[in-house]
Amino acid sequence: MIRFDDVWLKYRHQDRSPGALARDVLRGVDFKIPEGGFRWLTGPSGAGKTTLLKLIYLAEHPTQGRIDIMGTHAARISRRDAALLRRRIGVVYQDFRLLAHLSAYDNVALPMRLARRAERQVHADVTEILRWVGLANRLGALPDELSGGEQQRVAIARAVVGRPKLLVADEPTGNLDDEQASRLMTLITALNQLGTTVIVATHNHALVSAYPAPRLEIAEGRLTAHG
Amino acid sequence: MAKHHTDPLGLHSALEDWMLPVLVAAMSFLAALAVAGALASTVLAAQWQTDTAAALTIQVPQPSAPDAAGNATRLAAVQAALQTMPGVSSPRLLSTDALNHLLAPWLGTDAAALGLPLPAVITATWSGPGPGDAIAAALNKPAPGTLAQTGVQWAAHVTALTGSLQTCAAAVLVIVALVGGALVALATRAGLAQRRETIEIIHGLGAQDGDIASRFASRATALAVAGAAAGALVALPVLLWLAALAAPFSGPPQLNGLQHGLSGLPPALWTALPCLPLAAAVIGWSSAQLTVRGWLRKLV
Repeated sequence: MIRFDDVWLKYRHQDRSPGALARDVLRGVDFKIPEGGFRWLTGPSGAGKTTLLKLIYLAEHPTQGRIDIMGTHAARISRRDAALLRRRIGVVYQDFRLLAHLSAYDNVALPMRLARRAERQVHADVTEILRWVGLANRLGALPDELSGGEQQRVAIARAVVGRPKLLVADEPTGNLDDEQASRLMTLITALNQLGTTVIVATHNHALVSAYPAPRLEIAEGRLTAHG
Repeated sequence: MAKHHTDPLGLHSALEDWMLPVLVAAMSFLAALAVAGALASTVLAAQWQTDTAAALTIQVPQPSAPDAAGNATRLAAVQAALQTMPGVSSPRLLSTDALNHLLAPWLGTDAAALGLPLPAVITATWSGPGPGDAIAAALNKPAPGTLAQTGVQWAAHVTALTGSLQTCAAAVLVIVALVGGALVALATRAGLAQRRETIEIIHGLGAQDGDIASRFASRATALAVAGAAAGALVALPVLLWLAALAAPFSGPPQLNGLQHGLSGLPPALWTALPCLPLAAAVIGWSSAQLTVRGWLRKLV
């Protein structure tokens, strides 16, 4: 399902001059996650967790090494196929990344509309998932009218509404209270049991303890623990 | 039920700038003038070519002197010869007053008073081939020194002038199209910069390049078409005025706009004007598509 094979990622400095030094963000990362697997991704801030997730959801290309996502060699995929693959990946961003001019409903409906699902199905699935995350009465609210926790729940709903084959979440419980976090984890584990591969980056050790699963631990761009 | 939102990129606010349609309207206005200029030059040139090429002028020196056979005056001999000459019709001897009028800029109002040996001048219509050298040769037999000149050479100059005008009009149209395309590209780039984060999010959710480019292109096309249509409408009264100015030179009512209202414009112009919004649509769509797709290539 997901395979990293000696993956390196080097960011250039902003000035991009020939003499500018590059910084290794990921260094020789190797791991595999089988289809339907669940992994926690942990590590200190700046360790490379978000970058690793970006490589998984095809927002970055590695400088070196090979990445396979759902059986597809990420470096050899066409732009069209990359877009189709992204539709099968649900992503919960750390900063939510909601569209400010769209309502909660339309934000959640967006992946389904991009996949050209029938509007009747969009309506059924979107209202159901928003009800599930406790926002049934906020369908028409714009992101600016929602609290941080509500925005995070909209972002989560958007990530899972299309029943993705792979769910990638970056600190999905960061703005949620314990009850909402627990509710979210119930949703994620339910998806996982239905066959969705899940990888969740978090600082929340209590959460990791409450939902035991194999762990990818990263420090200074290197994978220090796997399994 | 939440309202269905058909503009996830928010392009109605990102590309709502009035500058694009206004500038495209200005380009459309210029294009309308260029098209009208090209059409007018074609119509006028056709008229002038016919008139000029058909004009035959004959000068008979010493018109009162006896002809070579000694039977009549040279003028009478030439006039008689012209009556039977193939390709020559409607010969007309210019009166002394008409001749004086023609020569007035150089010789004053009474050229005869100067005692100069003025030739007789005959005008006629020439429908034969070639520049008319054969006419001069034939007329020189009864009246040596007779000159015959047709307008064929002048017609060639008119043809060259028309070609130049049409080339200039085509160049103006190409420049207008390029500037129009650049305007759409600039507006699209501004919209892309304004919607960068939104586009990145939609791209991350699996939108194809074509999905995003089509949304921008649709909006840019709508604005360009509106601008071009407005520009063509604004050009109409100007074209009618120009057609009225050109009317005395154009013979039958092809370009006499003010006298005949909108129907006074040539039919070709009525075909060309609606083509301006269509051309703007093609330019707007393709320019926006190229701009967006090029920009999206920078995204992973």
